[in-house]
Amino acid sequence: MELLEYRGVAKHFGGLRAIEEVSFHVGEGEIVGLIGPNGAGKTTLFAMASGFQPTTRGEVWFAGRRIDGRPPPEICRLGLARTFQIVRPFGEMSMLDNVMVGAFLRHPDRPRAHDRAVAVLERFGMADRLEQPARTLTLAGRKRLEVAKALATEPRLLLLDEVMAGLTPVETAEMMDLIRTVRRGGTTVLLVEHNMHAVMRLCDRVVVIHHGRKICDSDPATVAADPDVIAAYLGEDED
Amino acid sequence: MRQDRLIGCAAAAVLAVLPLVFDNPYTLSVVILTLLYAYLALSWNIIGGIAGQLSLGHAAYFGIGGYTSTYLFLTYGLSPWLGMLAGAVLASAAAALIGLPCFRLRGAYFALATLAAAVILRVIVENSHELLGGPRGMEVRLLHDAPWYFQHTRKEFYYAVVVALVAVALFANYAVLRSRFGYYLTAIRNDEEAALALGVNARRCKLQAAVLSAALTAVGGTFYAQYVLFISPDKVFGGHLSVQIAVICIIGGRGTLWGPALGALLLLPAEEVARFVTGGAPGAAMMLYGLLLMVVIRFEPRGLIALARRATGCRAAPRAGVEVA
Ligand SMILES: Nc1ncnc2c1ncn2[C@@H]1O[C@H](COP(=O)(O)OP(=O)(O)O)[C@@H](O)[C@H]1O
Ligand SMILES: [Mg+2]
Repeated sequence: MELLEYRGVAKHFGGLRAIEEVSFHVGEGEIVGLIGPNGAGKTTLFAMASGFQPTTRGEVWFAGRRIDGRPPPEICRLGLARTFQIVRPFGEMSMLDNVMVGAFLRHPDRPRAHDRAVAVLERFGMADRLEQPARTLTLAGRKRLEVAKALATEPRLLLLDEVMAGLTPVETAEMMDLIRTVRRGGTTVLLVEHNMHAVMRLCDRVVVIHHGRKICDSDPATVAADPDVIAAYLGEDED
Repeated sequence: MRQDRLIGCAAAAVLAVLPLVFDNPYTLSVVILTLLYAYLALSWNIIGGIAGQLSLGHAAYFGIGGYTSTYLFLTYGLSPWLGMLAGAVLASAAAALIGLPCFRLRGAYFALATLAAAVILRVIVENSHELLGGPRGMEVRLLHDAPWYFQHTRKEFYYAVVVALVAVALFANYAVLRSRFGYYLTAIRNDEEAALALGVNARRCKLQAAVLSAALTAVGGTFYAQYVLFISPDKVFGGHLSVQIAVICIIGGRGTLWGPALGALLLLPAEEVARFVTGGAPGAAMMLYGLLLMVVIRFEPRGLIALARRATGCRAAPRAGVEVA
């Protein structure tokens, strides 16, 4: 069953055509990679699915409902949660309180939200630092917290925007394990990632965006061998 | 938690014996005023502190409270205790009306919009000679010892009432901070977009916070009118009252439980001293506020409560965010 679907989506910022025309879908239970050179429009696609940007044309559907143009909190409540490429922790709040903000969505009373948040942080191996203020975390810690917050809303679909960028190989491996755990827990994942090694190993399917258009949509091996994809990435290197 | 209870009990004990110690009317009036400002700063804290929406128009709600109860008393003989509730309802409506368009604005623009709303209200009241007495204001008809009409010749009456108000405001802040609502407001203060992404309906939360804050502030306005037995636009709608309330809260520690009260506890007596030293020079109080604000923002933006916490060594790394201590 298709959980998320972009139908002929376009997004213009004034004269800039960030997304020309993109259609693809994410099936329930999949891990799908969304890749493409910098400025291809990946973050913009996330923004349109999560309610932060309206589409210029086209529609985004989630679990049988049209969601583009709805307010972000409503979309989150429907079960679609996103992370931000530039992480956005609640700096003055502790790790635990950060995650509790997410957990409160499904558990309005404090003790339940507290327990849920602790459980999520335990899965992320951060249960020993519950009281640490978020602003004092390392980059790896912040990236993990960003995922933990979103996951605490108990989404059906998680959109991850470059959660491995800037991490060491060890931290990257940990994050990959985490993403697999998330899927095993029943959450579908759509992830934007520049680390090709990680994408190839994690994803069931990869969608490639270039200059606001989809140029490939297939299994990792096919995508890696696709001449258009290779050309797109070589083109980026020349810039 | 336990700390809060301890501080609460200690404060209650001090407040219980205070009128016995300060039995001269002048000192007691300074104490009452200090507590009134503590109450107002606590009320402001819900929207300005916890939710981080810098309102500079709270005098509007204070004025609505005072004017509503006074008008209903003078015109219909309604007890100001009931007028107080009517004022709170009206102020809530005003807060919703101001909040709906203004919450789209961020930072300084929101502050300016709230400031403008208060100025507009003041101009309206100043021009309603028939109804509200215009610029000269209204006197509350004297009934002497009439506690059911929120009046008494003894200052201890007002002292008891204002202590109760502070207790209510403290409890309201405590309840908010411990609830989902408080977490949401704190998250909004930290990063509104990130809060939206976690399913927080930021507009609704801010609106609810503004309404609660305005209702509490209006009650303070009724108290003021009954205490002074006189109300006029420059006293209750003045821009400097709005600023004063905000500054007290910020200096004390915005978004915390004890910060706003601490701010009033230090600033109001300091203001009295400044008035005494300068021989009542106009503007001395505002200069004092400006100076202290600059110093505090420079050295500890989280307010005196953070300094106090550091000095006493409790929670060197505070349990951030929802800071209840
Ligand atoms: N809010 C915005 N206003 C104007 N231009 C934008 C905005 N957001 C993104 N863009 C532009 O749209 C293009 C796609 O950006 P983005 O989606 O962030 O790319 P990616 O995430 O693939 O690197 C870029 O050229 C970027 O500058
Ligand atoms: Mg991006």
